Amino acid sequence: MRCDACQNNEATVFLTQIVEGKMQKVNLCPDCSKEKGVTDPTGFALADLLLGLGTNTELEKPAVAASTAVSPDAPALKCPTCGFTQADFKKTQRMGCSECYVTFAESVVTPLRSNHKGSQHVGKVPARQFARAELDNRMQTLSDDLVKAVKEEDYEGAAQLRDAIRKLEGQLKTAV
Amino acid sequence: MKFANFISGPLAVRPAGAHHDIVISSRVRLARNVKGRPFPGWAKKADRLAVLEVIKPPVDALPEMDDAFSEYLQDLSATEKQILVERHLISREHAAKSTGSAVVMNREQTVSIMVNEEDHLRMQSIRPGFQLKAVHRAIDEIDTRLEDTLDYAFSPKLGFLTACLTNVGTGMRASAMLHLPALVLDEKVNQVIQAVNKIGLAVRGLYGEGSEAMGNLFQISNQTTLGEREEDILGRLNKVIEQIIEHEQNARATLLQKKSTTLLDQIGRAFGILMHAHSMTSKEALNLLSFLRLGTDLGFFPADRRQPLDELFTETQPAHLQRGSTQKLGAEERDALRADIIRVKLKELPGPDSSRLAAAG
Repeated sequence: MRCDACQNNEATVFLTQIVEGKMQKVNLCPDCSKEKGVTDPTGFALADLLLGLGTNTELEKPAVAASTAVSPDAPALKCPTCGFTQADFKKTQRMGCSECYVTFAESVVTPLRSNHKGSQHVGKVPARQFARAELDNRMQTLSDDLVKAVKEEDYEGAAQLRDAIRKLEGQLKTAV
Repeated sequence: MKFANFISGPLAVRPAGAHHDIVISSRVRLARNVKGRPFPGWAKKADRLAVLEVIKPPVDALPEMDDAFSEYLQDLSATEKQILVERHLISREHAAKSTGSAVVMNREQTVSIMVNEEDHLRMQSIRPGFQLKAVHRAIDEIDTRLEDTLDYAFSPKLGFLTACLTNVGTGMRASAMLHLPALVLDEKVNQVIQAVNKIGLAVRGLYGEGSEAMGNLFQISNQTTLGEREEDILGRLNKVIEQIIEHEQNARATLLQKKSTTLLDQIGRAFGILMHAHSMTSKEALNLLSFLRLGTDLGFFPADRRQPLDELFTETQPAHLQRGSTQKLGAEERDALRADIIRVKLKELPGPDSSRLAAAG
């Protein structure tokens, strides 16, 4: 059986706790049990162990913990893009989509970042993708301007824009 | 390409790296996702199919995939998927997938790209021997080329965004499969594992996460992916692996000098059982083959026997045994078939030449 905290080592410490009449079980490896202070079973709540998700109360009402004025019975956080909730994260230990990283930045991402060497990405950047996006953007602007110029019967301007678009098309082709 | 042609293709053409006696293989995998699409684990079937059609064409068009094996997972049988797992070409998780997932790999079986595994893209490069940097370069080029068509989910702060937070940042997991029989015999391997764990690297068994260490094979990989450049992660891993290689070499020298009887006994017993057994589990086979491999490294067996021996590590795995049979083999039938295959392949192998011991001592 694997450790619930690090998902990595063999669990050797098995804990059962009753919180508000509900039984909770956690399996931990020796390292994580030490790190989480499990040696003193009265001194911690199992929910705290659930990978930085906060205590039970915070889980059910995440809005309370936030400093913004949200009514206490506000629904749990939900990703506007994919509909993923914090409860889903608790269950799957995976995110729903890339936007979830924005939605759950505070509650999930920040605590788990501590498992890494740092909190700022310093590795590879998709430079080609960015360059391509910028060219696409410029192309869009030029096309919009061209439509406008034709509409306003500014044929000289339109001819210049058409040349600029052709040049950019050439660049786009060589970029790919 | 048909599965049968792909799987029976020659593996020997793969360029071997340094220390291939101890480092079985080097592997680097990158996790990538397409912007604005739900991750495979959360996506509905229609979403997965849609993203698959976005990803697969540019992957198929890669120059590396000129003569590729490219297949949707629902078109592969359970045995075929398992064969790919046993060759470390797809993950166990990916083998469990069906409609909405695909796999594309080159003929040399050095590059393998899984579509809709845990992330939209899991691409890996794997080669024999110790060559993490070359392997990284190969997969990095493919990744860069895919950027021309695909918009990756990327955040300047968190790097490449992945389904699991443990992969965020570089999305890179680099690993080496090490054969450490002398450290195991010398009972030093646990010390090594603990030391490696302490510096933030993971030690796993033959099939990665959650798998058992068999055949004295250990996979060492980086645990963290955020806050460090790819080169630094690889550099750190390289240094540690170099040290482990040195420890294994020292342990082999110590065994030869101080525990030669134990060593020869282990290798001789492995030889005897492999040559004469009529039923053998895959775990037993791996553990015994490991000692024959060590014996070859130490010169107890002719060097030209290394390749057939290495082939047995893969060919005696359950799905590889199954592939020759039309009906499903039971565990007992597999164990018998495994023992037969080993006996046939090792028939010409002479017994361990212990005069080597005297020379070493």
